[in-house]
Amino acid sequence: MDLQFTPEEIAFRDEVRDFIAAKYPAQLKGRRRGDADLTKQDYLSWHKVLAEKGWVAPSWPLEYGGQDWTSTQKYIFNNEMARAECLQLMPFGLVMVAPVIWTFGRQDQKDYFLPRIYNGEDWWCQGYSEPGAGSDLASLTTRAVRDGDHYIVNGSKTWTTMAQFADMMFCLVRTDPDVKPQKGISFLLIDMKTPGITVQPIITMDGGHEVNQIFLEDVRVPVANRVGEENEGWTYAKVLLGHERSGIAGVARSKQQIARLKALAADTSQNGVPLSEDPDFSRKIAALEIDLLALEYTDLRVLASESAGNGPGPESSILKIKGTEVQQRITELLVEAAGYYGNPYLRGMSYEGDNFPIGPEEAVGTAPEYFNMRKTSIYGGSNEIQRNIIAKAVLGL
Amino acid sequence: MDFSFTEEQTLLRNSVQRFIQDNYDFDSRQKIVHSDSGWNPDHWKAFAELGLLAAPFDEQYGGFSGGPVETMIVMEEFGRGLVVEPYLQTVILCGGLINMAGSEKQKSDLLPKIAGGELVLACAYAEPQGRYNLADLLTRAEKSGDGYVLNGQKAVVVGAPWADKLIVSARTSGDQRNKDGISLFIVDKAADGVSTRDYPTVDGQRASEIKFENVKLDAAALLGAEGAALPVLEAAVDAAIAGLCAEAVGCMRVLTDATVEYCKTRKQFGQPIGNFQVLQHRMVDMFMECEQSLSMTYMVNLKLDEDEAERVKAASSAKAQIGKSGRFVGQQAVQLHGGMGMTDELNVGHYFKRLTMIDSQFGNVDYHLRRFAAAS
Ligand SMILES: Cc1cc2nc3c(=O)[nH]c(=O)nc-3n(C[C@H](O)[C@H](O)[C@H](O)COP(=O)(O)OP(=O)(O)OC[C@H]3O[C@@H](n4cnc5c(N)ncnc54)[C@H](O)[C@@H]3O)c2cc1C
Ligand SMILES: Cc1cc2nc3c(=O)[nH]c(=O)nc-3n(C[C@H](O)[C@H](O)[C@H](O)COP(=O)(O)OP(=O)(O)OC[C@H]3O[C@@H](n4cnc5c(N)ncnc54)[C@H](O)[C@@H]3O)c2cc1C
Repeated sequence: MDLQFTPEEIAFRDEVRDFIAAKYPAQLKGRRRGDADLTKQDYLSWHKVLAEKGWVAPSWPLEYGGQDWTSTQKYIFNNEMARAECLQLMPFGLVMVAPVIWTFGRQDQKDYFLPRIYNGEDWWCQGYSEPGAGSDLASLTTRAVRDGDHYIVNGSKTWTTMAQFADMMFCLVRTDPDVKPQKGISFLLIDMKTPGITVQPIITMDGGHEVNQIFLEDVRVPVANRVGEENEGWTYAKVLLGHERSGIAGVARSKQQIARLKALAADTSQNGVPLSEDPDFSRKIAALEIDLLALEYTDLRVLASESAGNGPGPESSILKIKGTEVQQRITELLVEAAGYYGNPYLRGMSYEGDNFPIGPEEAVGTAPEYFNMRKTSIYGGSNEIQRNIIAKAVLGL
Repeated sequence: MDFSFTEEQTLLRNSVQRFIQDNYDFDSRQKIVHSDSGWNPDHWKAFAELGLLAAPFDEQYGGFSGGPVETMIVMEEFGRGLVVEPYLQTVILCGGLINMAGSEKQKSDLLPKIAGGELVLACAYAEPQGRYNLADLLTRAEKSGDGYVLNGQKAVVVGAPWADKLIVSARTSGDQRNKDGISLFIVDKAADGVSTRDYPTVDGQRASEIKFENVKLDAAALLGAEGAALPVLEAAVDAAIAGLCAEAVGCMRVLTDATVEYCKTRKQFGQPIGNFQVLQHRMVDMFMECEQSLSMTYMVNLKLDEDEAERVKAASSAKAQIGKSGRFVGQQAVQLHGGMGMTDELNVGHYFKRLTMIDSQFGNVDYHLRRFAAAS
């Protein structure tokens, strides 16, 4: 048990800090994942800088470009990224599909896809959910039928994040409808330019376009693009879901968000006194910080256990639930701090105007952000499903 | 003790319901929200024809001599329909102010026009620095000859883009947060020196930031006694809160019903998700929040005429209740709809957004808990 950083770790922290200061793309300053006006190029500009430095995927195995960092170094790295409000890259290629490819893929798949993911040459999306298969993912019905060297895929995927930018989709398809649902699923890598694929935007209630419905009509996918064995896709997907969950606590980002909340509260006057000095409001922030601190130490315990060689277990469901609850409550308090100025909806409008600005600048967009963050208790296995997992797998109910 | 409605009140509810059914389904509502002007003036005329705009005013001013119960009925149904037209601002808040504080001439000039749908008003009471304190005013009206000169800025004036006139709170004496020295003025939006920045709001309405630069007002613009407007403004805002509570109840009902319906039909794991007890209990909690909010809405609408301390307690307790309930019901409705609940296409998110903004309108939960405690 030790909570102190060593001098080497402090040197590493400074190295990360200096790198960000020198190399973070200027046009990304102050912009956040999900911002409506962020283009694919914006994400890629940061991706390429990190890839050049060798830091785009520190958790990968060394042979594919990862770093042999300790869990403390990873913690420091994430903290510094959050502290500087660096744009978070999308996880689909780097965090989700890559581990499946290096664990279950053929050598030629590893050789082809992993460098492309590392360098940001392909943008990936996750084709799991379907209109009829959400929480009960194993009931998916998108069908893949063998035709010589190809599968012919028909069906629909939905809620597919950032598919509008995607070059590739990793996709769960049903290859055997006559067995137990979990048994007849295969894991395909589908080129989004293949004829028969249509991507239709779904606008969320905050006005953003981050999800899509995808229609697949007689889409021909080479059998060579299957990862692993036919009908074994569910096993691979479950490994991937484990990776999706670690890091989901978002502790470093939440710390940054709390700093932002405090800044807004300090800038908001109430009877001539900053809202940050209001006893009711400051207690709410304190309660949130305490929850976050508890989460941070739970996260560190899980991290330590993982680096001791234990795979991500059902405990990571705690991180998903508590992490998203904290994230949601931060945005709830941002709206509360904004007061009347939570209401203006300025998408596509300038905040300043030629005439006069609308409220304090930190208040702009707080409500849409709050609305958007409701997704976090729904996606990645809803918080109800995560509680079911803990009930079954941990408590033995 | 009687919580039943009269025959007239039931007819009123039926006619509002019919209007919403025929003209204000969710798709039509969204068309209105996305139109250039953001509201439908034809609907406003229809409200006048149905007598809704006249409901609370005396017959001598073209009204139907109704009271809070009538406007409560209208607002609850408007809540169900997510109506964006400025009934709360024009009829309840500004109409209430004119009714309470206006001279005979102001009443007979303005109230019939409101009742007839010819005059739309918005109330500019909030300021960028003031948060929810109605007395925190930097806007000043200086005496000048017979009249006044108005200078200052107002924040998030809901309904202002549609309004012909504004009722503006301003300081005629005293310091920034003094309770005395506040006056109300009726200001033409087209007057020289009034500039606005209009924008949509996240809940589908429209609002403005408004600047007054040396706006000349004549003596007749003053509404009520000079320097003594705060108690009137507070009473009118409490009446508006009573209407807002009813609107929130309408929103919460729709969400609860829609969620129950959805959970009966949406299947996962080979069964309706409504079979899962954790979701059943969640919906029971939503239902209970609706009932508690309805009770508080009746309570506040029946207590608006009591003495000030009682009225303040009634309004603040009801507002705190619906703030808390609205948040819970809104969040859970989205959660139980899963991904569908996140979409712009489904109505659920829009009710959730409106409920979120209802909490900050006229002061949020914390503000009203404190106001209630101070009045108790
Ligand atoms: C913004 C966003 C981005 C997304 N991105 C992607 C993506 O990139 N790729 C992808 O494949 N998917 C994505 N998803 C889909 C996401 O994984 C699903 O929305 C999620 O699995 C829930 O499924 P559903 O929406 O069908 O809700 P349902 O499964 O229908 O659930 C509805 C409600 O019922 C509850 N429920 C269901 N079963 C149970 C049970 N057994 N016990 C208790 N409660 C239960 C749920 O918790 C929820 O509250 C995204 C979703 C959103 C909102
Ligand atoms: C102070 C006191 C006074 C009482 N007085 C009387 C009396 O005068 N006359 C009399 O006849 N009895 C009386 N009771 C008994 C009382 O009615 C029972 O305790 C009660 O019905 C619960 O039964 P149980 O204690 O066996 O708990 P259980 O029924 O074993 O319940 C244990 C827990 O499981 C939960 N649970 C059980 N079934 C479900 C379900 N289907 N879904 C979700 N949760 C469930 C319960 O809510 C509880 O939290 C009294 C009890 C107390 C504590």
